[in-house]
Amino acid sequence: MLYTEKVMDHFNNPRNVGVIDDADGVGEVGNPVCGDIMKITIKVDDTDHINDIKFQTLGCGAAIATSSIVTEMARGLTLEEAVAISKKQVADELGGLPPAKMHCSVLATDGLKVAVDDYLTKHGRAPIAGEVKSADPNFDPHADEDDHDHEEEAVAPTPPAQDPGCCQR
Amino acid sequence: MNSTYFDYAATTPVDSRVLEAMMPYFTEKFGNANSLYSLGRDAYRAVEGARESVARSIGAERPDEVIFTAGGTESDNTALIGILTKLAPEGGAHLIVSAFEHHAILEPAEFLEKQGYELTKLKPRKDGHIHPDDLRAAMKPNTKLVSIMHANNEIGTINDIAALAAVAHEGGALFHTDAAQTLGKIPFNVTELGVDAASFSSHKIYGPKGFGALYLKKRTPLVPYLKGGGQEFKKRSGTQNTPGAIGFAAALELMIAEQDVEIVRLSALRDRVIAGVTSVLENTQSSVTEGARLPHIVSMLINGVEGEAMLLQLDNKGISVSTGSACSSGSLEPSHVLLSIGCPPEIAHGSLRISLGRFTTEADVDYFLEVFPPIIERLRAMSPVYTRMFGSK
Repeated sequence: MLYTEKVMDHFNNPRNVGVIDDADGVGEVGNPVCGDIMKITIKVDDTDHINDIKFQTLGCGAAIATSSIVTEMARGLTLEEAVAISKKQVADELGGLPPAKMHCSVLATDGLKVAVDDYLTKHGRAPIAGEVKSADPNFDPHADEDDHDHEEEAVAPTPPAQDPGCCQR
Repeated sequence: MNSTYFDYAATTPVDSRVLEAMMPYFTEKFGNANSLYSLGRDAYRAVEGARESVARSIGAERPDEVIFTAGGTESDNTALIGILTKLAPEGGAHLIVSAFEHHAILEPAEFLEKQGYELTKLKPRKDGHIHPDDLRAAMKPNTKLVSIMHANNEIGTINDIAALAAVAHEGGALFHTDAAQTLGKIPFNVTELGVDAASFSSHKIYGPKGFGALYLKKRTPLVPYLKGGGQEFKKRSGTQNTPGAIGFAAALELMIAEQDVEIVRLSALRDRVIAGVTSVLENTQSSVTEGARLPHIVSMLINGVEGEAMLLQLDNKGISVSTGSACSSGSLEPSHVLLSIGCPPEIAHGSLRISLGRFTTEADVDYFLEVFPPIIERLRAMSPVYTRMFGSK
């Protein structure tokens, strides 16, 4: 499985890494069971433009690269424009993603949508992004891929420090 | 930039001494071993000489108990499907394999299940070993074949094959072991272990890829997989791979000659890697710590980072390793081996396997220990949940 040069660039030199402490909107998506978690924080000015955006990601090369590029793409956009960014646009911006990694681009756009709706609802306004499945802690991003069968039971992620089982400390 | 290969369990370079032994058989002594003229007879003698060498190396009673194949996967498929379908052609018999076998055992086992055989995938205990008592409990009156790997390629644990084979025989079943990761690396003797069949892989021991062998104790029943000219005592047809056989036999002789020294040397390097990582980075641990383990495999869980990201960052520094994370596997599932010993998926995603070998030096370990902690610290700093899940950095 090959990553494009642009994916590797964003993986090795990710842009906008970090957390905005007094963020206007926060979006956290993914879950530890699937190994991908993304948190996007945004600042929004009074013309509804995103004037600052940062991300943190636990995940593979594609997860980090898609988070990084989505923050570049969203910076300066209006909230409406930001939630309209599609996973295909994210993948195209990176020069393409291997098919098995396309779900990472969904996670990136979902994180942004959750952050935008978080801002709107905090300010008593209607959310615009609609349902975002990966904001559910039991979400399985691979559920609609036929080369992968996850267990049907939802597994609530517990802090592993309680009983790592195999991990001999 | 340094190039540090830490994935010897995946594959190995062909040793120059092995290559030298093989070379004449590509262009000068290229005869078909089945041909009656002298060029053919020379090739035949070379293949049979290789067979005798391998038989000696593994402690087989007779050379014709060694069948040459095109690799460990073919040997595994032949053993499972060939033996079980001969013992019980109508189906219905029970097959036991371990839950953490290589896919080259799991896939034919699942195929046999679809063909109408009963299958049990016996789980290891949390210590990463298959216990004889658990095998005994899983045996049934119709159990005809048991296959348990000698050592696990991901976590490095070594199973007590002699005890497991005895349990299988007690219950009236034959016993096969996949010895791809142990042949030549730790003592392996088919008579001492009491196995009926065993699979071997050349490219794991500095021999050529595309070559392996299957030990089949005399009178072990088998339906041959490859049917044709009747080579390999009618058990595996196909013109013999003369250079492959020469290479594999030479590679195995070298492994055995160097085995004692290498066990000591590699165990020390392995332990240096583990100590070096766990002493510098928090929230890191070996995936298994009890019981017998291979001298060359390091299996660690690096909490709060994802395996593929770790692998790519190490690759940037010229270091090649392996991981059991979901994102790095074609199937998007985390390692079935780690899950089978009770590792939660969120921990299995941070798994790292380093496997050392003949050409690994102290300097390689020094370099790894220098570049690894900053990579992990950087990945943990990028994670939104590290502090929340694992406490302070």
